[in-house]
Amino acid sequence: MVVGVRSRGARIRSAAFGYANVLPFVFFALFPFYYMVITSLKSDTELYNLKAVPFLIQTGVITDNYHYLFFKTEFWTWMKNSLIISVTATSISLVIAILAGYSLARLRFPGVNSFGTAVFITYLVPPTLLFLPLSQVVVWLGISDTIWALIVTYPTFLVPFSTWLLMGYFRTIPREVEECALVDGASRLQTLVRIVLPMAVPGIVCVVLFGFTLTWNEFTYALTFISQTANKTAVVGVTADLIRGDIYYWGSLMAGAVLASLPIVIIYVWFLDYYVSGLTAGAVKG
Amino acid sequence: MAVGQRAIEAAGTGVARPGPLARAREWWEQEHVFGYGLILPALLLIVCLVAYPFGMAIYFSLSDYWVGSPGNFVGLENFRDILGNEVFQRTVYNSFVFTSIAVAFKIVLGVWLAMLLFRNFKLKRLIRGAVLLPWVIPTALSTLAWWWMFDSLYSVVNWTAIRLGIISPPGPNWLGMTEYAMAAVIAVNVWRGLPFFAIIVLAGLVSIPREYYEAAEVDGASSWGRFRHVTLPLLKPVLAVVILFSTIFTFSDFNIVYVMTRGGPVNTTHLFATLAYQVGLNGGNLGQGAAISLFLFPMLAAVVFLQLRYIRKE
Repeated sequence: MVVGVRSRGARIRSAAFGYANVLPFVFFALFPFYYMVITSLKSDTELYNLKAVPFLIQTGVITDNYHYLFFKTEFWTWMKNSLIISVTATSISLVIAILAGYSLARLRFPGVNSFGTAVFITYLVPPTLLFLPLSQVVVWLGISDTIWALIVTYPTFLVPFSTWLLMGYFRTIPREVEECALVDGASRLQTLVRIVLPMAVPGIVCVVLFGFTLTWNEFTYALTFISQTANKTAVVGVTADLIRGDIYYWGSLMAGAVLASLPIVIIYVWFLDYYVSGLTAGAVKG
Repeated sequence: MAVGQRAIEAAGTGVARPGPLARAREWWEQEHVFGYGLILPALLLIVCLVAYPFGMAIYFSLSDYWVGSPGNFVGLENFRDILGNEVFQRTVYNSFVFTSIAVAFKIVLGVWLAMLLFRNFKLKRLIRGAVLLPWVIPTALSTLAWWWMFDSLYSVVNWTAIRLGIISPPGPNWLGMTEYAMAAVIAVNVWRGLPFFAIIVLAGLVSIPREYYEAAEVDGASSWGRFRHVTLPLLKPVLAVVILFSTIFTFSDFNIVYVMTRGGPVNTTHLFATLAYQVGLNGGNLGQGAAISLFLFPMLAAVVFLQLRYIRKE
């Protein structure tokens, strides 16, 4: 390759090379979702016909699977549970993380670095390390088998993550702005709420998006702490309760998977850029 | 700032005889008091719901604790039992196979995908959005779709491979055969974890100054040479972070194996987390279950150590 202006032909070749190589990845990433949707809309006779082409719907689209999900299962209860749990756990974690993140990023006091390290270590603790003792903690707290078991335990992974993310955003705000407010007679809390928070809105949006996504998607705790059908989350309800006996009803199973993923897909499409920046900031900053 | 000014005035007039409220406010306004105050909720949460359960896990692992019956201290008996257990030995082997192969694939494909995404596409945003999607969707649900794709009779993977002439009918029963089942859970893990790798490596690529490449081109470096001597060395810090992250979360994976194989066939895909779930919750033996899940701890400790020692120092 020669430095400087490249010919038109070389540019087209390069673009073609790029597309040709990236398309397999796009196909690999999207195919399971495509297959999920198409399975949920197919009739059982076509689904279990070995001669049919699995990529297409040839005998007409049916909505029976969704009908079954809406009227014969507790699907909407699960969705409602998931929504309550995600919104509550995310809100609680956001408040705790704003306070801790600001303190760790901005204030100077003995031990601040050790606290920062503790938060970072907690961030790396996988939920699967602690689910057995936590299942006993929720029993002792008397909230076992209720949605409160999840509202109380989800902040254990949300708060470290959110604190970590917010610390990065708080550090980008110039210190002078806060000092001005303090000199003007604002209290420290007022400075945080009125001056710092409005400047950290992108970080807060990221925390809310990731908090909602992580709690909505969470599987291990939701499976472990809740066994009553009426208190399950959408992800666990679809995964555990739609499988009846030894027969898998793939149509309704895939319909449940599509619908329970839909809220996340909608938010994701809307806020794509925040997901990308939050992902990068959360892992790399600090 | 009306309230703030009043606070100052109150503090000012209170010099003669400060009221208790004003004194409390003054105390609270000190940097270290305010700092500790703000961190207190997070600290309580970490102590009560992370550190304390971790201590409990250690206690459980040293006792014969069963669901519903408080156990007695039995020392290292649980560890002796599981270390001598064939299923556990198989799980250790599985975990290392699963983690090393999956992370290796994610590194190679992730760097390759990041370099592709770095190019200027007309549909750049759309392509990035599509590629990141597997990471965002609930893993348990997308794994259901994969399970169906690997179905013993109606597998779309086999259907396609047979039509393309790659395999002869009827094709493998993916989730029913040892090596194939492991390959399947690794494939799903790579599918889900690849976007994370690619997006973070992409951020690393963006931060490399263009001048380095131009200088390398002037020196006559080939595209492989530029990758080998410019891109790779400069990506090292980012790669180190993402590999450590991915290692701990792959090693402790639960969702994919639980949904697709439940550890089968014959325990050949069990990981620490799924075995701990089976023994501790399905079997009710919390002591042994906790002991099994504690085997995740050395890996966590190693990752934390490396992160603190080499990466955050920079």
